[in-house]
Amino acid sequence: MASQHGSIGKNWPSAGALLALAVLALIALPALVALGWSSPGMGSTSASLLWRAASFTLLQAVLSTLISVVLGVLLARALSRRQFFGRGFLLRLFALPQGLPALVAVLALVSLYGRAGFISRFWPELPSIYGLNGILLAHVFFNLPYAALLTLIALQQVPREQWRLAQMLGMSERAIFRVIEWPVLQNALPGIAGLIFMLCVTSFTIVLTLGGGPAATTLELAIYQALRFDYDPRLALALAMGQIGLCVLLLSFLAKFRPPFAETARLSLGPERASLSKSGNPVPDMIMIVLSALFILLPILSVILSGLTADFSRLLTERILWRAIATSGGIAFTAALIAVLIAYPLALAAIRLESKGAVKQARIFEAPVELTLLLPPVLLGAGWFLILMPSASSVGYAPVLIVLINAIMALPFVYRSLAGSLRRLVAHEDPLCESLGISGWSRFSLIDWPILKPAFRAAFTFAFLLSFGDFGVIAFFGSDSIVTLPFLIYQRLGSYRTDDAAGIALVLAVFSILMTQAFSAFGRKEHAHD
Amino acid sequence: MLRLASLLTLFFAAIVPAYAAPVLTVYTYESFTADWGPGPAVKKAFEAKCGCEVRFVSLADGVAILNRLKMEGKNSEADIVLGLDTNLTAEARNTNLFAPHGADISTVTVPNGWSDPNFLPFDFAHFAVIYDSEKIKNPPKSLDELVNGNPAEKIVIQDPRTSTPGLGLLLWMRSVYGDKAPDAWKKLSKRILTVTPGWSEAYGLFTKGEAPMVFSYTTSPAYHMIEEKTDRYQAAAFSEGHYLQIEVAGIMASSKQPALAKDFLKFMISTEFQDIIPTTNWMMPAAKTSAPLPEAFGKLVNPSKSFLFTPEEVASKRKVWTEEWQASMAQ
Amino acid sequence: MIDLEDVQWTTEDFNVRFSLSFPGPGIIGIIGPSGGGKSTLLNIVAGFTDPQSGRVRINGNDVTGFAPSERPVSILFQEHNLFAHLDAAKNAALGLKPDLSLDKAEWREVDAALARLGLQGRETHRPAELSGGERQRVALARILLRKKPILLLDEPFSGLGPRLRRDMLEVVRKLQQDLDLTVLMVSHDPDDLKAIASHAVFVADGTASTPQTIDRFFATPLQPRLADYL
Repeated sequence: MASQHGSIGKNWPSAGALLALAVLALIALPALVALGWSSPGMGSTSASLLWRAASFTLLQAVLSTLISVVLGVLLARALSRRQFFGRGFLLRLFALPQGLPALVAVLALVSLYGRAGFISRFWPELPSIYGLNGILLAHVFFNLPYAALLTLIALQQVPREQWRLAQMLGMSERAIFRVIEWPVLQNALPGIAGLIFMLCVTSFTIVLTLGGGPAATTLELAIYQALRFDYDPRLALALAMGQIGLCVLLLSFLAKFRPPFAETARLSLGPERASLSKSGNPVPDMIMIVLSALFILLPILSVILSGLTADFSRLLTERILWRAIATSGGIAFTAALIAVLIAYPLALAAIRLESKGAVKQARIFEAPVELTLLLPPVLLGAGWFLILMPSASSVGYAPVLIVLINAIMALPFVYRSLAGSLRRLVAHEDPLCESLGISGWSRFSLIDWPILKPAFRAAFTFAFLLSFGDFGVIAFFGSDSIVTLPFLIYQRLGSYRTDDAAGIALVLAVFSILMTQAFSAFGRKEHAHD
Repeated sequence: MLRLASLLTLFFAAIVPAYAAPVLTVYTYESFTADWGPGPAVKKAFEAKCGCEVRFVSLADGVAILNRLKMEGKNSEADIVLGLDTNLTAEARNTNLFAPHGADISTVTVPNGWSDPNFLPFDFAHFAVIYDSEKIKNPPKSLDELVNGNPAEKIVIQDPRTSTPGLGLLLWMRSVYGDKAPDAWKKLSKRILTVTPGWSEAYGLFTKGEAPMVFSYTTSPAYHMIEEKTDRYQAAAFSEGHYLQIEVAGIMASSKQPALAKDFLKFMISTEFQDIIPTTNWMMPAAKTSAPLPEAFGKLVNPSKSFLFTPEEVASKRKVWTEEWQASMAQ
Repeated sequence: MIDLEDVQWTTEDFNVRFSLSFPGPGIIGIIGPSGGGKSTLLNIVAGFTDPQSGRVRINGNDVTGFAPSERPVSILFQEHNLFAHLDAAKNAALGLKPDLSLDKAEWREVDAALARLGLQGRETHRPAELSGGERQRVALARILLRKKPILLLDEPFSGLGPRLRRDMLEVVRKLQQDLDLTVLMVSHDPDDLKAIASHAVFVADGTASTPQTIDRFFATPLQPRLADYL
């Protein structure tokens, strides 16, 4: 086996990575500088309230992350062991919760677990959804499927031989966990947990709506309040930086648990394990899978069912709905494409550096991707607005900014989706490609693309769904030329038209499902011949 | 050469009319410009008489509009700003971005009268607790009954840090309880199911049946009666009086169409504009309408007393009161 | 002695049918083109693949439908035989107790097995710190500890250089003799077979020829298909 420590030499990937880093910096930094320079002086905010906000933020985010990750690992293990009808479809639906606008998801959860909810009716002892319970419930709904999906992808990188050895040696489930699964999880979980943690830190609508009152106050709210009601961009920026600092502390703590770059498998023979599994009791696994599937799918079903009461004969003839579908789709498609184009070279560079033991340098390419998640989109929007405002008309650049900000928000997801496969690519194809002198475009098209295609597909789908359901920045620019589906939902809800809003949420959910199906079909044919 | 010139003339004759009319840019909030909102009808009616084009830029709400103006300053494209409320006018005035409206305000009919030189009302409503009459047989008859009532009957309210109605309730409690407001909030907090970031979330939870009461406007039942033909949702009349929200518009000093902008504000308090408001914006008209309001509006709660802090008081006290609220609610 | 009786296994695009007996103890080479069914044959013997019909007997016992761990079989793959985060001793020790709950005597047994394969002083090295040949020796030490009478080798040395490969073949031959094993060895290379196998089988298109002694197998005139392949 060729040494992994040889120089990679061909510097196209690092050039690409530097370019991507520059683009990222160009999108984020000017906005921050503009906010810092903006005119109103920085006001103060009550230290005790801020402290309370920070501690509640940490509390809910840590708990949400723990529950999501632990359940996610259990679910991923169960899924990795079992093969059943509809497994692929189920896994594709796992990408959906993250794509639902927060308010739609909250109302769906409430219609199940709320005081008048469907489940509460059969189970009146259910604890109230308002308060920390509800926040955790909603965050687990959003993040459990995501955690399970990423863990499953990691587990699928265990080579077939090792599952067979486990079988031949007659390993118990405990031994399998210790010898095979835990090392894989140790690699993957810090990244997954970090991402989920940041998502929960920045969660806004969920925390406020289900929080029950100002005891559930987060830093994100303080940022929003500073920017909106107090119009104090510098204070908002300072608070955002504080939030980032807090997360950096926690993430560097998590990073300690990450083992050094280890050689991973050459072959990925995905569901191999499931087809092997004739030993072991399938009942606990299937219970775990069925319960999780219900937990994830019931709210989606609820979105669809409550949408059915809408007057579709009118709704579907409204031109604005179709325009919104096209606009949302266009924004999401472009944003997802840009996110993949930025994340890929960065992830590749980070993982190459890591494989050579340059962990610190690797963090230079990795950290900015993760931290962008902590910048509230409205903050970026406001910053850019301040920069562009004197020279241009809002109508012209609003779409560009909306796309770019959405792309940035999707970056960490794309990065995580690509990282696992890239790790394998770097460990196994780099030495060979180097020795054969394959590089540049031919390397990408001949070696990387075919191997990474499933990962690209997953990353793109995720980024697409995220932007498709995003409301964040659009309201900020307020130009009537850009009407998206989430915008329409909020607009109708804002003027008593709850049935219309439910109907449009249904349209959004159905389109999301159709899109995941369409993207997963893309390139499948070729794959069959592999 | 001549031929080219005439071709060009023809070309411009073909495209210019679309651009020739002056454009009046109006910053407003998004439910105003929705298809079913007042926006489309207002645009059509005003364009018919002004020979101009009305362009709406819609932002989330009044606060967002004001922030946008603060960012844009004198470079703003806005000629008219429509959709601030009286809680924001002091801050808005302090930006020095607004010109006097110069309109005859004698026809304006809002509770407690009107005298602002910069801002002109276009509609108003009182805040109110809306209840589900199928679930609550004895609605509270006063704010005090609401505060001290059965904690099992819940209400959904909005956060004063993020929403206009939330701020409205905060000011209402202040108007009634003065310095004792924090204690009243402590009692009320037992009845509060949750505090949402905006009106939509709260009203969504209410119509889903999560709570039998929600904080909204006296005019909310009109929508349900007219559009949904149901009188299930009713406003509770409070004996102390109700807090008032007046929505206003103003002219930007930087406007390049000052005459047109003044015409628009005059039009705004004319019957033609006011006729549109009740059944599209679900608010009370701020001036005469050509015909009596629909029957449903007659059934609405009509408060005998209206509370309203001056814009200056709100601007100076809002932050203190909000933090006080936060402290008493968080316990 | 391994008997496959009318064993059939079919997927959408592949179909194998084996009916043959491997004599044992001894080393039987399995050779043939890629995709011809060599690995499938090993998987059926090991129990990774359940045939749709037919019986599998090992030393007279019917093991059809038995889980791999219930069969008297060990297997050595071309790669991934070791777990990257466990050192050589622990990797080998999995052969004694897959939950690694060994007592002192058992750990001594592990050390002895490693020593027997020439790995003294390597006990605490992780796979990344071992050469390709050493890794396969660790895996063989594990097999030694498992004490199963059947050993399956799935092209185990094709990643190694010629010298190392000869050494490893020698190790296998010694193991076979010492423990009286029945070894099935899949290989691409006729020289491997000639070096250590007593018998050989040709597998192509999902069927296997009858085992022949190694001399007869390579004797001229070759069967036409084997000649093609070689």
